[in-house]
Amino acid sequence: MTDTTRQQDVSRPFVPMDFMARYGTLIALVALLLFNLAFTRNFATMQTLNVNLTQVCTIVIVAVGMTLVIATGGIDLSVGSLMAISGALAPMIFLGKIVPIDNIGLAVAAAMIGSVGVAGLLGLFNGWLIAKFRIQPIVATLVLFIAGRGIAQVLTNGNLQTFRVPEFQFIGLGRIFGIPVQVVLMALLVIAAAWILKRTVFGRQIIAIGGNERAAELAGIAVARVKLAVYAISGLCAGIAGLIVIAINSASDANLVGMGMELDAIAAVAVGGTLLSGGKATIIGTLLGAMTIQLVRYTLLANGVPDAAALVVKAGIIVLAVWIQQQGRRG
Amino acid sequence: MDTDTLLSMTGIDKRFAGISALSGASFEVGRGEVHALIGQNGAGKSTLIKVLTGYHRRDAGEVIFDSQPFEVFSPHQAQASGISTIYQEINLVPYRSVTENICLGREARRFGFLDWKRMHQEAEALLQRFNVRIDVRRPLMEFNTATQQMVAIARAIGFAAKLVIMDEPTSSLDEREVGVLFDVIRQLKQEGVSVVFVSHKLDELYEVCDRVTIMRDGRTVKTAKMSEIDKIGLVSSMLGRTIDRAEGHATAFRDRDQRKIGDVLLSAENLAINQTVQDVSFDVRQGEIAGFAGLLGAGRTETARLVFGIDRPCAGAMLLDGQTFEPRSPADAIAAGMGFCTEDRKSEGIVPEMSVAENMMLALMPKLSKSGIIDEKAQRDIVERFIKQLGVKCSGPDQKVRELSGGNQQKVLLGRWLAMNPRLLILDEPTRGIDVGAKGEIQTLIKSLADEGLAVLMISSELEEVTEGADRVFVLREGLSVATFNRDEATEDAVMSAMAHGSAPRVAEALS
Amino acid sequence: MTRPRLISMLGSYGVVLALLLLILFGWARYDYFLGFFNITSVLRYNAMFALVALGMCFVIMTGGIDLSVGSTAALGSVVAALASPYGAFVGLGAGVGAGLCVGLINAVLVTRLRIMPFVATLAMMLAASGTALLIADNQSVSVSYESGFTSIGQDNFLGFPIPAWIAIIAYIIGWIVLNFTGTGRGVLAVGGNEDATRLMGLPADQIKFLVYLASGGLAGLAGVILASQFGAGQPIEGVGWELFAIAAVVVGGTLLTGGVGSVGATLAGVLLLGILFNVLNFENGTGWISLSAYWQSVIRGLFLLVVVMLQAKLSSRSRTVTGEH
Repeated sequence: MTDTTRQQDVSRPFVPMDFMARYGTLIALVALLLFNLAFTRNFATMQTLNVNLTQVCTIVIVAVGMTLVIATGGIDLSVGSLMAISGALAPMIFLGKIVPIDNIGLAVAAAMIGSVGVAGLLGLFNGWLIAKFRIQPIVATLVLFIAGRGIAQVLTNGNLQTFRVPEFQFIGLGRIFGIPVQVVLMALLVIAAAWILKRTVFGRQIIAIGGNERAAELAGIAVARVKLAVYAISGLCAGIAGLIVIAINSASDANLVGMGMELDAIAAVAVGGTLLSGGKATIIGTLLGAMTIQLVRYTLLANGVPDAAALVVKAGIIVLAVWIQQQGRRG
Repeated sequence: MDTDTLLSMTGIDKRFAGISALSGASFEVGRGEVHALIGQNGAGKSTLIKVLTGYHRRDAGEVIFDSQPFEVFSPHQAQASGISTIYQEINLVPYRSVTENICLGREARRFGFLDWKRMHQEAEALLQRFNVRIDVRRPLMEFNTATQQMVAIARAIGFAAKLVIMDEPTSSLDEREVGVLFDVIRQLKQEGVSVVFVSHKLDELYEVCDRVTIMRDGRTVKTAKMSEIDKIGLVSSMLGRTIDRAEGHATAFRDRDQRKIGDVLLSAENLAINQTVQDVSFDVRQGEIAGFAGLLGAGRTETARLVFGIDRPCAGAMLLDGQTFEPRSPADAIAAGMGFCTEDRKSEGIVPEMSVAENMMLALMPKLSKSGIIDEKAQRDIVERFIKQLGVKCSGPDQKVRELSGGNQQKVLLGRWLAMNPRLLILDEPTRGIDVGAKGEIQTLIKSLADEGLAVLMISSELEEVTEGADRVFVLREGLSVATFNRDEATEDAVMSAMAHGSAPRVAEALS
Repeated sequence: MTRPRLISMLGSYGVVLALLLLILFGWARYDYFLGFFNITSVLRYNAMFALVALGMCFVIMTGGIDLSVGSTAALGSVVAALASPYGAFVGLGAGVGAGLCVGLINAVLVTRLRIMPFVATLAMMLAASGTALLIADNQSVSVSYESGFTSIGQDNFLGFPIPAWIAIIAYIIGWIVLNFTGTGRGVLAVGGNEDATRLMGLPADQIKFLVYLASGGLAGLAGVILASQFGAGQPIEGVGWELFAIAAVVVGGTLLTGGVGSVGATLAGVLLLGILFNVLNFENGTGWISLSAYWQSVIRGLFLLVVVMLQAKLSSRSRTVTGEH
């Protein structure tokens, strides 16, 4: 009835909320950095950088997959549980609890491929429920959110698996040219995902589906296949993150690995400026979002605020970011 | 003021984001009168109704209801003041019981708690007026659409309304059910209740309505007694044509040479789906513009959706190049060389957050890529060529498509399909909501495409667009193919009369 | 019988049937399964989950979700423990009040700021958990044993555990509200078709506001029972409670998309999942198998999967029902 599309091509007036939605994260990040440089002791050191980067890595890696999922208009609540599964499986494989493998290199390779692969398959299962049965993403991924951690706990019988396998722990403790391996891994994934979104047919199709699923389908895009793929990728990312976490800890505790990760990842995506309703995504934004959240936490802890209070602040940031985003969209 | 007038709306203005939806519209309904409200899509009927029921606030104008100035802010308030509305899409809660759907919002209570027994009885009694006897305890979704429609009507009447508004209540009913509905309307009339009846089935209006108000472009163009206006009169007022108007050219399709028309590309026989398309046949030839004419609800868009593989026909067959053609998805139709510019650009066409280039390349992209990587340069060349060729006014390929005007969005969508180098282009209302200048450009473009050998299937509610633009005009009426005109026969008179009361050939035979 | 009818029957009666079968199985297989001690301890323990699931049931019926219930219960338990020296009822009121505060914030976020329920309540899950840890100083808070606060969780009334009484009363009230008040029917209508509900003139936002508030209050009450039963406020308890509640609600046949639901079947769902755990314990006791407690969440997930897939079939069916004439 109303034809609101008939706006003329005039430059739009300045909308504060729009501005905030676009640059808010960057401003917050810069402000945090300045604050810390001024008030936090020993902030401008390599060590601070390393601590923050290693802590933010797993969140960013999971959030990269989450960004793709959210870009299609979906959500993946199962990421934390999938991390637990891959974190539980890998030691079982390289410690030879499933099949004894003599060559440690082979065992580690099998462990990495096997556990990440299983996580990817479970992601594919999420996608199957969503694309084939048309179950809402939040409901479909809730299944593995609930069952996934249980599966990991059943696999390990809830026991802590400790190990000291340098070949494996390289991904969490090693360095390449002085840079922690997981940071390199994170950078590679971020670059790859940003490139996929910008330069490939698949990336465009993801955005198109989130932007207008009916239009995408009418333009001949195989919507179901794209959705399957993004959930599988999200599963793979979660699987990799799970490995990094256990490598750092030299131990795998199915009760803890990836706990609460879904919220951290969603928060990073939302704070980074990707629309939670889909159709617009920025991987770099997600990276900045994750770093902002991390830096807020670090700032609070470094200045003597208890961890519990940091949780409350984080909740506030998430709500604020989502709210600003909605306002910006409406404006 | 006339005491026989129940409702009078005068000088109603309503604008949405600067676009005028109603300008100086007026509407008057007498007590105990059944009043038809008709007009094309976008004429402002729905907006007028929504202003009346408090769904929208009016910008200007006066409403008098029951001899009182009338000001409501929500459908709930309108309902409480005696105006009940039955919406075209059934606005009920499918999972809940029939009783709840009828009684929600005015539940019977005993000692503060719901009195289910009385509510069931009330629901049964209300439905009985329509000869509907069902188990009112069952969820609404277990009943067919006609019954659901009856439940909606029962709900509206149950609110002791003075005025019942029915927005296309018959679109999902069969003949017998329509008969029952008409009995109820007559009964309401006898009880002094007024009814506003919105429908595109002209025969129905004559059967049950006393007067008719016709709207066009947000204005009220005519109010007449049903007995004093014939169907051609209705249709011509709706379309803004006078029958004895001197034939001039109103579209950019004028001055067309006889173009070379090739072999039949696509033919469809006896297509049917649900109630909306019952028996539609047509064919399109290479280099031909085939026009689909018909009133709203004639089944034109629904037929196009069958051709493009969005829905699957429950009867009938299609041939493409003489081969059986059974598309299972839009992707199949696209692979067969088709493109489809939908009527609803916003919800089915553009991806608003994407750029002009991305929108234009959406369908072609997979073909233009090497192992999944977009060939940016090739794309940019194509996009720039089409922007120039189609005259898309934008700041560049990277501008967000939502920032463009309707006409330019339409050109982008045309570009999306033309880039595929299609053989058949389906255009559903290609110039709706587009300003006059851009309209002419798009019409010229369609013509030149056909000149180059493209087959075009064009659906339009603008009469001159089909009569002047199409090489052949297929007229649909209530889901049936009722007439086919060649270019020289396709006068506005002839097409209008087929739209108004054309009947399917075999029905005509049976009658004669 | 039509398919949707079959599936909705499966939803409401299936869970009761499964529950009966499970009890029968337990009775036949284990000696003390239907013994007084086992029955009361199962009821006492599961009363908390029942309360949380009741609130969740109402939220889900509106088409929303409340992921904050576990943390809210933890917060409630801490607040109640801290207030318990001032009297049993003060402790009770404080715990419920804390829950209501969380519920209030959820309600405002969802209905006023229009933030998606799962985002809003996930954020509140963090905030409630953080608050609980802060005021408890990262450790359990012992309750006062003098004020009689512990009676709420540990004592019996007419030979029946008080937590079970509380849960039963809450369910009766919930059942009455759902079936015999306009608000209750509004809850289902909002979940079934929010736009239609607004057009029908029902206060959709007010209804949603109330369900989040109620869910918070019930979670707080569950927290009170938790603190009283275990003698301490537990800031890190409640992890995964929301999952138990969601699973119980869905196994009870409530549609996760909203619009269909039953209070009674939710209770059956809670008991089914609770007794399943109980049976698992007995089974491990027999020494035949040893299934760890971790199987619980796997089984919960499986239940959820089956029900959700059945529901997807049901809703695709309803789409075609309204789609074709």
